[in-house]
Amino acid sequence: MLADALLFQLGYNASLVTLGALLLGIAAGVAGTFLFLRKRALVSDAISHATLPGVGLAFICMVAMGGDGRSLAGLLLGAALSAGIGLLCVQWLTRRTRLGEDAAIGAVLSVFFGFGIVILTVVQTMNAGRQAGLEGFLLGSTAGMLRSEALLLAVSASLVLVLVLLLRRPLTLAAFDPGFSEVTGWRPGLIDLGMMGIVLLVTVVGLKVVGLILIVALLIVPPVTARFWSERVDVVVIVSGVLGGLAGYLGAAISATAPALPTGPIVVLVSFALFGISLLCAPGRGVFASMVRHQRYQRRVHLRQGLLALASGQPIYERLTHRLLRRAGWIRADGVATADGQAAASKAQLDETRWALVRSDRAYATAAARYDGLTAIEDVLTPDQLSDVDARLAPPQAVT
Amino acid sequence: MNIALVSEQAGAADRAARTASPLSVRGLTVSYGETPALFSADVTVRGGAMTAIVGPNGAGKSTLLKAALGVVKPLAGSVAVFGQPLSKMRDAIAYVPQRASVDWDFPTRVIDVVMMGLYRDLGLLGRVRAHHRARAMACLERVGMTDFATRQIGQLSGGQQQRVFLARALAQEADIYLLDEPFAGVDAATEKAIIAVLQELRDAGRTVLAVHHDLTTVPTYFDDVILLNREVIAAGPVDTTFTEDALQTTYGGRLAPARMRAHGGAG
Repeated sequence: MLADALLFQLGYNASLVTLGALLLGIAAGVAGTFLFLRKRALVSDAISHATLPGVGLAFICMVAMGGDGRSLAGLLLGAALSAGIGLLCVQWLTRRTRLGEDAAIGAVLSVFFGFGIVILTVVQTMNAGRQAGLEGFLLGSTAGMLRSEALLLAVSASLVLVLVLLLRRPLTLAAFDPGFSEVTGWRPGLIDLGMMGIVLLVTVVGLKVVGLILIVALLIVPPVTARFWSERVDVVVIVSGVLGGLAGYLGAAISATAPALPTGPIVVLVSFALFGISLLCAPGRGVFASMVRHQRYQRRVHLRQGLLALASGQPIYERLTHRLLRRAGWIRADGVATADGQAAASKAQLDETRWALVRSDRAYATAAARYDGLTAIEDVLTPDQLSDVDARLAPPQAVT
Repeated sequence: MNIALVSEQAGAADRAARTASPLSVRGLTVSYGETPALFSADVTVRGGAMTAIVGPNGAGKSTLLKAALGVVKPLAGSVAVFGQPLSKMRDAIAYVPQRASVDWDFPTRVIDVVMMGLYRDLGLLGRVRAHHRARAMACLERVGMTDFATRQIGQLSGGQQQRVFLARALAQEADIYLLDEPFAGVDAATEKAIIAVLQELRDAGRTVLAVHHDLTTVPTYFDDVILLNREVIAAGPVDTTFTEDALQTTYGGRLAPARMRAHGGAG
């Protein structure tokens, strides 16, 4: 069943929905990356909640003008307008008052959403309103997705990709170093406006698929996930788009296998699963990787300290140190150093003595900066420098 | 606007000086809220020289730089770069911001940061070609950071980060280099490396203007000095300007508001 869904074999509607979610996921992942890097991810939450009054008012207007009221183009236009107003409110509150952006987002989000719910209730009492299905905008409703809607998603996703490709350098610069961006001639204020415009586009076209409450997850979770896998902006953007698309595709396919599974929430859950895997398993920034790194580092510290203790003939009290030295074959069970152990210990001791000289000499300041108590001095100094250091340490110390 | 108060001939001389100077500001006033951070500053930076901006905390040193760059919008006053408005002369200016102003966990590597200095040349869509990369690497070479090209910037020490930012400014190939506390929190080796690069720039005829906080090194590092405490106290060659008296005035407590107004009114 799932295999059928993944291969677009579950009928026309399911295929449209899967394709639409895939495209939306890509667009949201790409657009959300710069939002996340600019540390303004929550602004998208304000934008999405601010769409609701626009949807309701657009419906009322269209009915009042004698139209159907359910025209998607009209509803989305209303959504975009009110989201734009919400965005301007956040910007204005942040710039012109002493409110922080977090407070501004909270205020705009809740007020617009509350207003939207009131309007939706009014719509419910209208004759034409009962079958409007406007509540589908809250959590998404993909049941009756039309070909035109999928087409709209395709066009919007392409537009988002083109815009991001075009603006990738200013967007990167504004997120990383706004002051430098200004000096380069790209005004961060304008770039932010462009970024928000792109996010607004994604939000509005995504309303029918995942709904206004969950669209923020598509914008934020994929970039955060992608960040685990790369240290380069361009790669993060691409990975984020791929992960977003994957979540949309898998989520929509899974939800198509059973009638009761809602598309939007499943897409978000799949996206979260990808996040969880990355959080744990990503090399470099993942939890497991950093645990392993920490443990390795701890072992090096213990081994080094153990060797220095051996060299100076002190007993070893710490059990971990003892165990590690034993495993390396450097001490016997009773704590006495083996021949190998003595050699390693005197080498560690020599290393320390050389470091002490290097660190006390200003001429070696650059090398001394790399002292961390673990790095072998051979890795830092050139052979010439090393023989210079040894010459100054003469007479060579007898190994005890 | 202040120029209007000056007599006709002095105005002509001033205009001539401004055209010659790589960077000059007139009557620059900036405020965050109600109190001015910088009040009616007149500065004419000498071309081909290294100039330090010196003053106590909160004296408006960084503000002067940022306003000169257009990062902060001034309440009043004007900025001229080689006698032209700033917006026409962006290519002439390179900037090294304060280290604290940047997100160090940003997914970008050392070489990518230096490439940002080429963004103006590259434009929105220009392909990054081999000669761009070579130019960026050459800039890293000048600050001794070639070995770190593919490191994520957050993994560097403070001094190394500062060198990377200097390399990015070098990549801009500008005439004027503005640096905000380039020696703050860096190790001795980095300080030496940075000053060597800056002196190289000066010897090549470029202009360097840096916010500086270590008074002891001002005479050895710099040619000119601007003493600042919300307004310009004194400006000129280090030999004649960097005097005990002038420093006392600069650092000696806060200026009374009445005096500030009188000073501002006079010029």
